[in-house]
Amino acid sequence: MNLSELKEGQTATVVRVGGDGSFRRRLLEMGFLQGTKIYVEKYAPLKDPIELILKGYHVSLRVDEAAWVQVEHVQGKGT
Amino acid sequence: MPSKSITVALAGNPNSGKSTIFNNLTGTRQKVGNWPGVTVEKKEGHVTINGYQLTVVDLPGTYSLTAYTIEEIVARNFVLDEKPDVVVDILDASNLERNLYLATQLRELDTKVVFVLNMADLAGQRGAKIDGDKLSELLDVPVVFTVGNRNKGTQDLLRTIISVAEADIELPRTRRVYYGKEIEKAIGELSEFIRDKASGKLPYNIRWIAIKLLEKDRIVKDRILQAVGPEGEMILGEAEKKRERLRGFFDEEPEIVMTDHRYGFVAGIVKEALKMVSRERVDVSRQIDQVLTNRLLGLPIFVFFIWAMFQLTFSLGAYPMNWIDVGVSWLGQTVGGWLPEGILQDLIVDGMIAGVGSVIIFLPNILILFFCIALFEDTGYMARAAFLMDKVMHLIGLHGKSFIPLLMGFGCNAPAIMATRTLESEKDRILTILINPLMSCSARLPVYILLAGTFFGAKAGNAIFSIYALGIVLAILVGRLFRSTILTGRVAPFVMELPPYRAPMCKGLLIHMWDRSKIFLKKMGGVILIGSVVVWFLSAFPQKVEFSRDYETEKATLSKQYQMLIAKAPGQTREGLLREGEKAILALEAQMAKEKVEKSFIGRLGKLLTPVFSPLGMDWRGSVAVLTGFVAKEIVVSTMGVLYAAGADEDEKSEALKSALKRSGMTPLSAYAMMAFVLIYVPCVATVAVIRRETNSWKWTLFSIAYSTCLAWLVAFVIYQGGKLIGLA
Repeated sequence: MNLSELKEGQTATVVRVGGDGSFRRRLLEMGFLQGTKIYVEKYAPLKDPIELILKGYHVSLRVDEAAWVQVEHVQGKGT
Repeated sequence: MPSKSITVALAGNPNSGKSTIFNNLTGTRQKVGNWPGVTVEKKEGHVTINGYQLTVVDLPGTYSLTAYTIEEIVARNFVLDEKPDVVVDILDASNLERNLYLATQLRELDTKVVFVLNMADLAGQRGAKIDGDKLSELLDVPVVFTVGNRNKGTQDLLRTIISVAEADIELPRTRRVYYGKEIEKAIGELSEFIRDKASGKLPYNIRWIAIKLLEKDRIVKDRILQAVGPEGEMILGEAEKKRERLRGFFDEEPEIVMTDHRYGFVAGIVKEALKMVSRERVDVSRQIDQVLTNRLLGLPIFVFFIWAMFQLTFSLGAYPMNWIDVGVSWLGQTVGGWLPEGILQDLIVDGMIAGVGSVIIFLPNILILFFCIALFEDTGYMARAAFLMDKVMHLIGLHGKSFIPLLMGFGCNAPAIMATRTLESEKDRILTILINPLMSCSARLPVYILLAGTFFGAKAGNAIFSIYALGIVLAILVGRLFRSTILTGRVAPFVMELPPYRAPMCKGLLIHMWDRSKIFLKKMGGVILIGSVVVWFLSAFPQKVEFSRDYETEKATLSKQYQMLIAKAPGQTREGLLREGEKAILALEAQMAKEKVEKSFIGRLGKLLTPVFSPLGMDWRGSVAVLTGFVAKEIVVSTMGVLYAAGADEDEKSEALKSALKRSGMTPLSAYAMMAFVLIYVPCVATVAVIRRETNSWKWTLFSIAYSTCLAWLVAFVIYQGGKLIGLA
């Protein structure tokens, strides 16, 4: 499953980040590491980008970028 | 006591409160400019304390020191090349883990570092207790606590900076990131190899070079080739071999594994130094965002904020603009009175004062606009605006943050282009700058009003609206075209932090606003002055025009005639005759003015350009008007007034101009083509000057001028000729 499939209010754990070198590295540097819990705070009014909470801070990602983040252990029902 | 100078570099994540600390340290003694060769803003300030001269350099805010973004490269190069005495790393205490990631990289650079834990009070409120002593011990560097927005800890920080700069300590080699057995072995071997081949030739820490080579850092590679020569190739080859081996071992890029290890190291520190006392009770920032980025309310509120910003900028700004206008004409008259009539008076009054006056009039707009933008930035709303608009802007291949500069373009392109500084990616910035003039600024409106009002009657509103729409459509097309041709490459990933909302500080806002306005005033002064003088020169010379008629004699005859008539006429008609006579003389003078312009350099240039403009349905008068519009677009109207409506007095001028335009052979079609041309062609001199400054390149400036003028011609040509083909006139 990937991050862009999650609904608002759901939490999941990062498995792996894909994509090309610089994008991938940037995400890792921002804390998208294996085992990190990510909470989906909300989608923007136009459904893109997504606001996420991880490591205690808020960050936004475009939906097609979030699709590169593989996640597991999805919790919460979401809305 | 002789003063000793110390250079201090401020590093830190974006939103860590770095600029507030910078303002606290340096007060208003700041210098804002660009880093050499790039358009990243550089701020420098000075403090004198206890006989020490501190030069504080604000590095661009970065999350890391890899060489992926221009900001990271600039920050890293400064630390490597300028070798500041102390690097101060500002850490946002409520976001310790991610902030420490940068800290670990700074430690690897082997410079003297001081850590600043900023906003620990806020972190405390959110239930996080940070043990500063423990942190200092774990990282082997001094830690200072500050609260930037209450100016707490500033003196403490200054003292620590000085004592660290003065301390003659060997930098501790322990307490650094351990990358695991395999990678450490590779680092060790590669370090040996480098020491062997290039001892003394590389002024950087060898371990750091080895790490960077294993991470495939292209800038470090280039530097080695430059500094070491042929043996550099061997070093790179060795590094590549080691990378291959590691990649095989981990089944993963080595730099990814190393990033993981850094975060592992950070996690260890956080575990020891940070105690979560209680979970946060209320997160105010998050609650604000429940409203401001709400699915239903988010966009309407955004539209309201933008509307309010426009209202403030252009409605409130209209008052001081008026005062400046009055002031400038007063100055013109006064100075004109002091100087003897002649060429010098003309140059100073009509050329310099009027020219610079026409630009300085935008200062109130710029001040208010930048105040609003500073407010958006300092509170954290700017990131939300980008979050809301990114989907729309992504259509042109731009970042959400481009929306505000583009929108501001409808007011005035010059400050709008300066507002592109909020964009991080250089390509995004250049693209936003290039398409910005297509947002029809308010100075072009008088031209549309005149032409549409004359030729479209009741449908003028629709015609003007369609011109604005044309600009937007062209911006989208041009944006997509440039993105896929000259500004290729991936759109910058939208990994954007949404920082907690913060109450803005008055001092910070004012400094922010003033810095940018100052740039406008100072740097624009030169180019605008020259531009106005050139246009003045072209329209005022040659001084001695061979008139086709002897106006002076005709004037004298005319006034004599009327004097005689008046003398003979009965009492009650005298007044009417007097007025009639004045009118006739004014008409004659206007004829003379028209002929003077016609025979001036700019008039000749206009006539010379007739073959270029006639396919667009414009005669030589239109071409001259468009040429003078380079100083400021609204001047197109006043030039047309001189050229077409010669022979009407002031009160009747606008009506007379309209009927004169109708008589001149212009049709609704050619008027519309001219409106389109005025929309698209080269922006005014102030905007060009800002483009030059913000792109930091003549190449882009000339490109902007060339593409917009060619596009303008093409579009006007298609409108005029196409319209004629389908039978419009």
